[in-house]
Amino acid sequence: MENTATVRPALQSRNLRSRLVNLGPTYGALLALILLIVANAFFTPNFATISNFWNVLQLVSTTVLVAEGMTMVIAARGIDLSVGSVMAIASATAAVSLGRGVGVAVVLALVIACGVGALNGLLISGFRIQPIIVTLATLITGRGVAQVISNGGQLIPFSNPAFEYLGKGFVGPIPIQVVIMLVAVVAGIFMMRETSFGRYIVAVGGNEAAARLAGVRVHRTKIAVYALSGVLAGLAGLIETARLGASDAQKVGLYIELDAIAAVVVGGTPLTGGRATIVGTLTGALIMQIITTSFNMGPFGLPPLPYSWGLVFKAAIILLAVYIQRPKVA
Amino acid sequence: MGQTATVDEVSSTRGRVARMKAVTFIQRQGALVALVLVCIFAAYRYERFLTEVNLSNVLRQNSMLGLVALGMTFVILTGGIDLSVGSLVAVAGVIAALLASRGTLFAIVAAVGFTALLGLANGLIIAKARIQPFIATLAMMIAARGLALVYTGEQSVKAETASGNFSTLGRGAIGFLPVPVLILIVAYVIGWLVLNHTRFGRHVYAVGDNEEAARLMGLNVNRVTIGVYTLSGVLAGMAGVILSSRLGTGQPVAGTGWELDAIAAVVVGGTLLTGGQGGVGSTLVGVLLLGVIFNLFNLEGTISPWWQLVLRGLILLIVVIIQNRLSARK
Repeated sequence: MENTATVRPALQSRNLRSRLVNLGPTYGALLALILLIVANAFFTPNFATISNFWNVLQLVSTTVLVAEGMTMVIAARGIDLSVGSVMAIASATAAVSLGRGVGVAVVLALVIACGVGALNGLLISGFRIQPIIVTLATLITGRGVAQVISNGGQLIPFSNPAFEYLGKGFVGPIPIQVVIMLVAVVAGIFMMRETSFGRYIVAVGGNEAAARLAGVRVHRTKIAVYALSGVLAGLAGLIETARLGASDAQKVGLYIELDAIAAVVVGGTPLTGGRATIVGTLTGALIMQIITTSFNMGPFGLPPLPYSWGLVFKAAIILLAVYIQRPKVA
Repeated sequence: MGQTATVDEVSSTRGRVARMKAVTFIQRQGALVALVLVCIFAAYRYERFLTEVNLSNVLRQNSMLGLVALGMTFVILTGGIDLSVGSLVAVAGVIAALLASRGTLFAIVAAVGFTALLGLANGLIIAKARIQPFIATLAMMIAARGLALVYTGEQSVKAETASGNFSTLGRGAIGFLPVPVLILIVAYVIGWLVLNHTRFGRHVYAVGDNEEAARLMGLNVNRVTIGVYTLSGVLAGMAGVILSSRLGTGQPVAGTGWELDAIAAVVVGGTLLTGGQGGVGSTLVGVLLLGVIFNLFNLEGTISPWWQLVLRGLILLIVVIIQNRLSARK
């Protein structure tokens, strides 16, 4: 998240004002998150507890993984609606292949998830079809494929401590999926800032023709970014499956694409591409999760509100966040 | 010299126009040809296909999606998208069921009036607050679903009819024509007239083709935008009322995923997501093509639901790829 205000000594007073105006777009989501946490800590009973802290992070981890991939796809001016179905495919693949060992199951699931993502990229880049249509088709097909893999969408329970560690284990006091999430976020930030691939993604999203002329392999970059989104969704699917101790191909990851897109736009990555903030996406996902959690607990000393009120509140937050973050014309 | 160049230019422009017309024709007829072929195949393979019961069932089942897709066509023609339609179907259905005892007409007007307001809100947020259609309607999708759930306490509500004619709307028939199909036909005729023979319709195409140019020509782009989203709200509301009448209950979870089905139908029909090209006739063909294919799955009887999903996704993909090839040939 970079401060876009330019500092010129002669224009100090105007700069202060423009900097304040720019505070919204740059730090709005972070500010909202802090406000939300402080308000809940004071007024919501049992909110500011260690167990709730880990609970929130545990619940948000899969959304963050998916939303991180979504951030990169959106930065490249695409969109990936298929992530929920990719989660289901990874889940079903792992569940039916656990008999061959945990390593095989995990690798197989991630490879297939990567393949589905790469297929998205190939169809989008090769056939020049809009991302929303291609990934809509893979959303529909993928959910079907996941159910075919799991013998007709049956619930596949399993008992495999090594695999279940992915969703139930701890590293010291930290739940394992929170560790995975943090590693993925740090790696993602590093990739976007420090590697040429990260810069290519933003370049392709900002101006595809210019990127091509500058020597960026646009085709390859697009395929890679969708493949990466597939891998991250697959990983989220594995964690979800391990946490549940069963694979439910009909339900795993259902509608997560909407949560992920919401987290991305609340975090400040514009749908028009050319800009990515993974910290923002993490912030956006946390805002959404804290709303859900605090509404369940009874926000601000109120009685617990049903899930449905949380939906209305979330929608308002999305609009507000996007409205505040609109780029200001100087 | 100059003279010849001009003549050449004119003739090449003429050729291009003719070719473009041919492409549009093939695109539109492509879906129609597919529909005819699928119907012939169906009639040949299944005796039950061409029976009055089966055909009127297909039409009745698809009438609601047809209405939603009609509204979506207007929105997509302007280059926008409306993700909120599924939730609006639920909102209207719930309101209609709750008010059915106070008279059918009152229930319809109240339900459709309310979703028209929500559609208007979509349009205002997009046009005035300048938030992208995808995000604005995503927020409305979440909020309206929340409203439907809040309003009903997350329960289905039974439609208590005073006079009994509320159920006619979804289940009745005039002669051999089911009432919802009649509504569908009337809606498409009006939709076609509006799009092709009114100033508003011309403006819809102009805005979708090039919003900036339309603005510079002096068109009130905001009014067109607000108009199409309101229209989409009205049609989704009507679909919700019919659904509620068919089921005899208003279900707050109804219409989930309809936005994607509607987008698929519009795209399969041949309307481009980029706006400016397509029409209501092609959308009707798209709806019927997908509907008849679904009917074939049922008539075949041996295709499991998950394989149906796989096939549906693949068909969507293949149709879009073929259209893309056809339009790339210019």
